[in-house]
Amino acid sequence: MTTTAPVSVARRLRRWPARLDFLQSATGLALGLFMWVHMIFVATILLGKDAMWTVARMFEGYFIFGRPVYGLVSALVATVATLFVVHAALALRKFPTNYRQYRTYRDHSKEMRHEDTTLWYWQVVTGFALFFMASVHLYIMLTRPDRIGPFESADRVWTDLMWPLYLVMLFAVEFHGGVGLYRLALKWGWFEGDGSDAAGTRRKLRFFKWALTGFFLVLGLLTLAAYMKIGIEHAPFYGQHYVPSAIGATGVAP
Amino acid sequence: MSQVTDAAPPGAAIPPADAPKRMLHFHVLRHDPQDPVSIPHFEVFELEEAPGMTLFIALNEIREKLDPSLAFDFVCRAGICGSCGMVVNGRPGLACRTLTQDLPAEISLAPLPAFELIADLSVNTGKWMRGMSERLETWVHSLGEDVDLTRLEERMDPDLADRIYELDRCIECGCCVAACGTARMREDFVGAVGLNKIARFALDPRDHRTDADFYELVGNDDGVFGCMTLLGCHDVCPKQLPLQTQIAFLRRKMLKAGL
Repeated sequence: MTTTAPVSVARRLRRWPARLDFLQSATGLALGLFMWVHMIFVATILLGKDAMWTVARMFEGYFIFGRPVYGLVSALVATVATLFVVHAALALRKFPTNYRQYRTYRDHSKEMRHEDTTLWYWQVVTGFALFFMASVHLYIMLTRPDRIGPFESADRVWTDLMWPLYLVMLFAVEFHGGVGLYRLALKWGWFEGDGSDAAGTRRKLRFFKWALTGFFLVLGLLTLAAYMKIGIEHAPFYGQHYVPSAIGATGVAP
Repeated sequence: MSQVTDAAPPGAAIPPADAPKRMLHFHVLRHDPQDPVSIPHFEVFELEEAPGMTLFIALNEIREKLDPSLAFDFVCRAGICGSCGMVVNGRPGLACRTLTQDLPAEISLAPLPAFELIADLSVNTGKWMRGMSERLETWVHSLGEDVDLTRLEERMDPDLADRIYELDRCIECGCCVAACGTARMREDFVGAVGLNKIARFALDPRDHRTDADFYELVGNDDGVFGCMTLLGCHDVCPKQLPLQTQIAFLRRKMLKAGL
């Protein structure tokens, strides 16, 4: 029986490439969809401070428990951070692992002038940048979930000088996520039907990818501008919490 | 099923005879790895464009009139043998299926990367393909059956036969491997040609291998899980094989087998 153990171990090991590939796709899908939903929630500031305040309190369970439970936000951030770390670790398997590989791919990409090949290069660049930028954002959200709100977020954006990071991260995350979701659909053959018009499906997916990336970039820039404007106006009152108009007459906590 | 005509190269109609003729400049990568003093360099050849001229015709004219030492491969001249694959203005393609009228006047020609260089534009795709074929065992495995050459083959559903034939149209030209960023970075990657072959044998009822058997061959990062869906392979395939669909199909199949 001494020979059976190594064989079964080898079989178990051989299953891992499938699992890792699936996990990379699943975490990417979850993060990509989260990115869009997150942007929509953050963009509620464009509808007014009260709308954003309502969304922020909703995630804290304010309307269920009657008080903000910041642990709920931290738990959500911890889940996203876990997905992020797992996805980054799995995606690293695809990165060029030395200069020769990097140079070969870069030259190949320039010579081919092939959109999907070029997009992958920029997906790697933006993914690499997100290792650092998203980590900063996630850590702050994890440790200060109480600092999410119309004034609180605006203070963070302007007075805490987070806007340069958010500006670059907006482009990186929208590009990376958009291309990632597009590639995911092609990788697994989603929306292809019986496969008779795969080229047509790819054309449509590419159109939707660029349209959605454009939409979310515009939405993101407008949202960031809105927070910056509020942050500038609120700078003298840095640290004060927002009180919705229905509760406080002035909209500013005393 | 898409039908591809092999006889004539694709492209627009041939221009009228009185149309002004272009002078074409072919920037050809020259190198002989057997010659210790040879240094890779581009050599420029000038030719007058002729109606219906393909790169294959142009290269033969260069060899006949300008430089008999120019090395390149061809056999069929009709996109069937897959010998004349080369990089044309940065993209892999077949010389015999590429009309000069579809290209600018400055044309760069280089050997297919990822394959052993013989000389100039000639590469040893056969060596690579044989290695891939042996590694992936790309032949019908009829387990437990004695070979009887006198027995009639079992009947096959015509639709299934068509689907197998569709994938069997691969001519192993190597364009998909040269166009693949993954294969360029990672030499052990089997490329779309290898994955397409596995998809073909997975369809064939005469091949008794199971999905678990195929998983042993391509269920890894050198196989289908190494594919990053760059789709250069799909876009340059001179036979318009449905590589995008087939690799996705194989990925789903291998995921089920591996989970």
